[in-house]
Amino acid sequence: MIELNQFLILSALLFAIGVIGIFLNRKNVIIILMSIEIILLSVNLNLIAFSYFLNDLTGQIFSLFVLTVAAAEAAIGLAILVIYNRNAGSIEIEKINALKG
Amino acid sequence: MTAQLLTFYLFSGVILISSLMVISTKNPVHSVLFLILSFLNAAGLFVILHAEFLAMILIIVYVGAVAVLFLFVVMMLDFKTSINKDNILQYIPIGILIGVVFIAELIIVLINTKFDLTNIQVLPNPLSDFTGKSNTEAIGSVLYTDYILYFQLSGVILLVAMIGSIVLTLREREGVKRQVVSEQLQRQGKIDLVDVKSGKGVDI
Repeated sequence: MIELNQFLILSALLFAIGVIGIFLNRKNVIIILMSIEIILLSVNLNLIAFSYFLNDLTGQIFSLFVLTVAAAEAAIGLAILVIYNRNAGSIEIEKINALKG
Repeated sequence: MTAQLLTFYLFSGVILISSLMVISTKNPVHSVLFLILSFLNAAGLFVILHAEFLAMILIIVYVGAVAVLFLFVVMMLDFKTSINKDNILQYIPIGILIGVVFIAELIIVLINTKFDLTNIQVLPNPLSDFTGKSNTEAIGSVLYTDYILYFQLSGVILLVAMIGSIVLTLREREGVKRQVVSEQLQRQGKIDLVDVKSGKGVDI
């Protein structure tokens, strides 16, 4: 039988891969958005695993909402990316320094 | 090793490898394709967990909409990536450090903890017995009754996202002739209405 811990470890690894992706990537913002999608996928996996092992539907419902928010976030993020590329001519992270941060 | 366990390891292995490829490939198109592979295998894991509806939604929404949107943007924007090697190597130590700390913390906690699910206090289960109901039916019977507020709020979120992305990407171009309906309707004195006799025709 599969245990809950296996799913939680898988989801932790996925989350860490997403975080590493955000830190390592210096090329373009799209990879960062994809890393965020991976992180949200790991959260979904966590919620559904708990939903199955607790025999409670609430996890699946909230996973549905996480999916909704992820779709909205991807749409707005990509729209911002398109308009930034149009204005600045590049979406390299090194060159996005208008705020001098 | 049961078939279930074998399937779990297959799916999770492919998910992990393809996620690693997402963050490590040079070509953004390959990244999107590996992301699609990762989502498909996650849908397989959801099926193992008896969440069939969410598995199908994951394939339809993520693979069918979000990943294709990513692919569309990647193909449409022209990346001119001028990256030199030492610039990348500069960020590897901090990335690896943070990742290792994350993984170590989470896995140490998970290995030392055996979750006793019988004693966990959960929210009162809105639908305690799903016997004889499919997963979709059970989700529907909860989603449209107990979680109707959240359902409608997620609709509002989608509406805001739609309006936001349209407003962001809309732009006025120079030299494009647009149809202005109100001006067309207000034209007075420039239009003649002619009563054409049958068989005679009109002079213009």
